[in-house]
Amino acid sequence: MYTARLSGAFLILLLAACGGEPHDEATQASSYASTYTPAATEAVAIVNATALTGTGERIDAATIVMMDGRINAVGADLAPPRGAIVVDAAGKWVTPGIIDVHSHLGVYPSPSVAAHSDGNEMVDPNTAQVWAEHAVWPQDPGFALALAGGVTTLQVLPGSANLFGGRSVTLKNVSSRTMQGMKFPGAPYGLKMACGENPKRVYGTGKGSAPMTRMGNVAGYRDAWIKAAAYQKKWETFAENGGEEPERDLQLETLAGVLDGEILVHNHCYRADEMAVMLDVAREFGYQVTAFHHAVEAYKIADLLAESGTCAAVWADWWGFKVEAFDAVRENAAMVDAAGACAIVHSDSDTGIQRLNQETAKIMASARRSGWEVTPERAIVWITANAAAALGVGDQTGTLEAGKMADVVIWDGNPFSVYARAEQVYIDGLLTFDRSDPEIAPQSDFMLGLDVEGGSGQ
Amino acid sequence: MIRTVTIFVALLALIGPVKAAEDVVAIVGGRIHTLGPEGTIERGTVVIEGNRIVAVGEKIRVPVGATIIDAAGKEVTPGLFDAHSYFGVEEISLVETTVDRYQMGTHLTAGFDIADAINPDSTLIPVNRIEGVTRAAVAPSSTEGSAVLVGRGAVIHLGGGDDFITDRHAAMYAVLGEGGGALAGGSRAAALLALREALEDAQDWTAHRDEYDSRQRRGYVASRPDLEALAPLLAGRIPLIASVNRASDIEAAIRLADEFRLRLVVLGGSEAWKVAPQLAAAQVAVMLDPLANLPASFDRLGATLENAARLQRAGVSVAFVSSDGHNARNLTQSAGNAVAHGMDYDEALRAITVNPARIFGIDRSYGTLQPGKLADVVVWSGDPLEVTSFADQVVIEGRIIPMTSRSTLLRDRYRTLDKAMRPGYR
Repeated sequence: MYTARLSGAFLILLLAACGGEPHDEATQASSYASTYTPAATEAVAIVNATALTGTGERIDAATIVMMDGRINAVGADLAPPRGAIVVDAAGKWVTPGIIDVHSHLGVYPSPSVAAHSDGNEMVDPNTAQVWAEHAVWPQDPGFALALAGGVTTLQVLPGSANLFGGRSVTLKNVSSRTMQGMKFPGAPYGLKMACGENPKRVYGTGKGSAPMTRMGNVAGYRDAWIKAAAYQKKWETFAENGGEEPERDLQLETLAGVLDGEILVHNHCYRADEMAVMLDVAREFGYQVTAFHHAVEAYKIADLLAESGTCAAVWADWWGFKVEAFDAVRENAAMVDAAGACAIVHSDSDTGIQRLNQETAKIMASARRSGWEVTPERAIVWITANAAAALGVGDQTGTLEAGKMADVVIWDGNPFSVYARAEQVYIDGLLTFDRSDPEIAPQSDFMLGLDVEGGSGQ
Repeated sequence: MIRTVTIFVALLALIGPVKAAEDVVAIVGGRIHTLGPEGTIERGTVVIEGNRIVAVGEKIRVPVGATIIDAAGKEVTPGLFDAHSYFGVEEISLVETTVDRYQMGTHLTAGFDIADAINPDSTLIPVNRIEGVTRAAVAPSSTEGSAVLVGRGAVIHLGGGDDFITDRHAAMYAVLGEGGGALAGGSRAAALLALREALEDAQDWTAHRDEYDSRQRRGYVASRPDLEALAPLLAGRIPLIASVNRASDIEAAIRLADEFRLRLVVLGGSEAWKVAPQLAAAQVAVMLDPLANLPASFDRLGATLENAARLQRAGVSVAFVSSDGHNARNLTQSAGNAVAHGMDYDEALRAITVNPARIFGIDRSYGTLQPGKLADVVVWSGDPLEVTSFADQVVIEGRIIPMTSRSTLLRDRYRTLDKAMRPGYR
């Protein structure tokens, strides 16, 4: 969390003389910091590729140069630098690493037994104090399968039982003994919020407590934001004037982080009318909804989303599993995109995450068939650049541009074909998956010795 | 057959445009995957009369007055069959009053008859048929009921009308492995015991029905409706579709089926590839989801995307399932992925057409594009297994299906968010 750490340190320097010393934000940030450091890599030049850059461009006969973990150059017919490993990608396609903004890998790992169920702190409608990262099991076999589907970055969220589910964590899809070793360096935290049926079912119907209705949901959000604003003020006053240090409150700390603009809101919300209400709540308390997730009805309010700068993260075709998911249309993401809003395709699934390219292909094809112009170079943005931006790491990954992290996938054909498979996946320039060399792909501790020759996966 | 048709067509030509031609449909110029002995015809015609296919081939004369569906540059397949669905018995999954897939409270529900609950007006049907699904097995739930012997499934077509249920009692369903164990009292062995006991009851009942009716026979655990439902299973007229994933549980199921001479079909079968030779030898078909590659439970540690391909190579008949209904339309994507992971292309197409038809005993009338078969035909914009292809036109039992659903209507209502729209949609 570079931004937070810097601003925290800056505050301390600035205010130490007159005001109180705020509780040690810097210590918190560094205590839970990422320990991931990209491995040293040799320069690699992928040549003769068809590249979808994630910036809306398609480059034929493209060269992509990766050096020191970063993308060094991208262009048509560039000569590979001397000494670089040259990968001939003739007939193949290259995209930025795929990014899933909605995953529960690690918190709902495989096998999905009760002992592994760590995604929903279903004891109170507000559990903003819990952090998904404290439950992520890095040995979830699902990570390696997602990697085989080209996924290089993912946001792991708490579940949607609560109005405030807790903090999400953004991971690089690298294998590690620890969650910290996967944590995306510098990525901001997210706050998982949930609209609609789930909280009222779990609490009202399930436990006979608030929220019982959508009215109760909204009252619950507002009540929490009022407290968060007061908490934020208390610390600001302390920072300015000193005095007795306020008591820390983990729940309010997360919510105040949203009001400070340091934590991004990821709001599970299906219905159009409910999203519109949530935008009102955000306006009242001065925060931004970064993305509505599972926004099945986003197409009905694409103009409002464009206006508020809120992304809609959607599935290709999930529908009907509950009432609020009844009005799904295949073209949803494309209709959002056409309205000038930010469209994202997400998975929320340990199988779906393996094929986000195919899910995107289905939307693209339906939209084209129904009269919207969507090119592959446009559609790829929904699972790369837009996703990166929603996670607050858009300046780091999500496109094939010089200076970005070298998160790159080579597909054995057009990634929007059902027959295409990721052939090589690079994360920060390191070859992390190679379909022709099973030794390179990570294998979970869990799968060792389970006699699944050729099982679990590809 | 083709010759007969030519004569028929000639006769039609002689007597000029006749009323009969009104229900004649000709799909012209497409690449036809017959999935029958004719293989794939690069550019051909399918002629439908009434609810049947009457001609398929390269040089077929189009009957005068036939409704022409231009399939030039397109591909043509039989309508798709979802071998495990909940069409008409689950509208909105979390609205319990719309879910009729299981019976709670008793140890055996073999007599449970899902056909009595199927709603042909379900919104799921148009959504899926406009994407090529024309037929399905409607199955009782393997995960939500209370019994190891779950009940009976039906086969339907998605064309609507009074005759949409084509077989009320098409299969018996059972849950084995970890799921069966949980229902039977703890152990998966208990699930097999419960199944064996019910089958023995039914055997005894079949042989001594009169004594049973006059109360001169020992008591059974199975109720009278259960016994009646199990009789056709013991007679080999319907298959036992057993939900089972672990290799050792599949082997146990094969042994049980052998003992009672049941026609076993494995549903799920995550580790079926491990016992492929045994399955092939026992001629047990496997109904599976080709995308289920996660070790999602301790029964499925051997899950792999290559399951379908390995089974097919070992000579096991494979059918693909959605185990869904809302998105049975994604069967083509599942089949495409099976091909990407080693399955033969035509075999993948068979896994969503003629193979399930064989499991449910309707392959004589449906599943391939051959004269005499029911006219379930789909014209695709391109490769039917490709995620960017669409059904351009669907025909079910000769009826041209309107290509709209609730979902397409919603899309068109919100096509523009123009402020000039009628109030209410602004």
